[in-house]
Amino acid sequence: MSRTWIVIPLFNEAPVIGSVIKDLLPEFPHVVCVDDGSTDTSAQAARAAGAVVVQHPVNLGQGAALQTGFEYVLQDPEMSCVVTFDADGQHRVSDAAAMVARIQSGEADVVLGSRFLDSRTRIGPVKRMVLRTAAVQSRWSTGMPLTDAHNGLRAFNRHVVSNIHLTQNRMAHASELIQILAALKPRWTEHPVEIIYTQYSKSKGQSLLNSVNILADLLFR
Amino acid sequence: MIIIVQVVLVLVVIFFSLMLVRGGSNAKHMAVRRIMVMLFAISAVLSIFFPTLLSQLARLVGVGRGTDLMLYAFIVSFLVYMSTTHQRFRQTETTLTKLSRRIALDEAERPWESMPAVPGSGVSAPAVPGSAVPGAGVSGQTSKETVASHPGQGL
Repeated sequence: MSRTWIVIPLFNEAPVIGSVIKDLLPEFPHVVCVDDGSTDTSAQAARAAGAVVVQHPVNLGQGAALQTGFEYVLQDPEMSCVVTFDADGQHRVSDAAAMVARIQSGEADVVLGSRFLDSRTRIGPVKRMVLRTAAVQSRWSTGMPLTDAHNGLRAFNRHVVSNIHLTQNRMAHASELIQILAALKPRWTEHPVEIIYTQYSKSKGQSLLNSVNILADLLFR
Repeated sequence: MIIIVQVVLVLVVIFFSLMLVRGGSNAKHMAVRRIMVMLFAISAVLSIFFPTLLSQLARLVGVGRGTDLMLYAFIVSFLVYMSTTHQRFRQTETTLTKLSRRIALDEAERPWESMPAVPGSGVSAPAVPGSAVPGAGVSGQTSKETVASHPGQGL
């Protein structure tokens, strides 16, 4: 028997986290939310919706929350596959299921979501340009031909997860993860996913200015 | 009048030197720091009693006035201070992260422990959590060790 765990880094998403978990549970019964010291009722909402909640006592950042989630699911001896999923409802459960299928079939050790592999995702030209630039930058620095560098939907098998040790607590963890994968050299592939930009995720999502922070974190760590 | 200033300045130099010499973490860093402090104390006391010495030194290295030399030295030492403080801050952050993660993981429920416990072996199954706890002090690597220990559990 093997279990697939969904890891959701959670920080102040109380209005949507309940429905995100409810959508996930029929397909993936094992969901863990890493509550990163939320100041709203996110943790209660996640627990009420049926997820396991692991709570950071203080806010540490999304990268730290992901790493905590990885270490939590590694404690489950039956865990064979891990999916990282965003808390704001911008990912599709069907995309995650398709990615898990590709892991379980043994096709790849790592499946990374990319919103640029098909035309489902509607995205503004400026944001598209920033994300493509970030992808090109990570291609230069790691040699991995990625099309989308900052996509929160990813699937890993157990072996890869046990070798991930994120140290970038804040937003630069996405690039750090790619660097770790580049050193680890697993069999990896990209999978077309749709990012649903709802009014909610647009109002909460990373502002473009944040790309400055991502770059600075990487250069001056 | 000038003697009072000199006494005060010497006391200040002694106070800060003692403060910096006391304690520390890394033995090598501490030794380097103590040497630096000794050099600073000697030059500071000398410049208090022979103010022209600094100006002579400044002219020697082509800076002009002694005060300019002091300013440059101050800027350099401030930058060094900033970078070491930054390093220490990063270390503290890493420690805090590991500590928080350990607390979070220890407090979390583990649903898989109750799952296999159904077929009558109510006592043997909960024995597994013990294997997740022992490395608690190390963090970071702990989960890896935990994972390594699990296959033998034959769950």
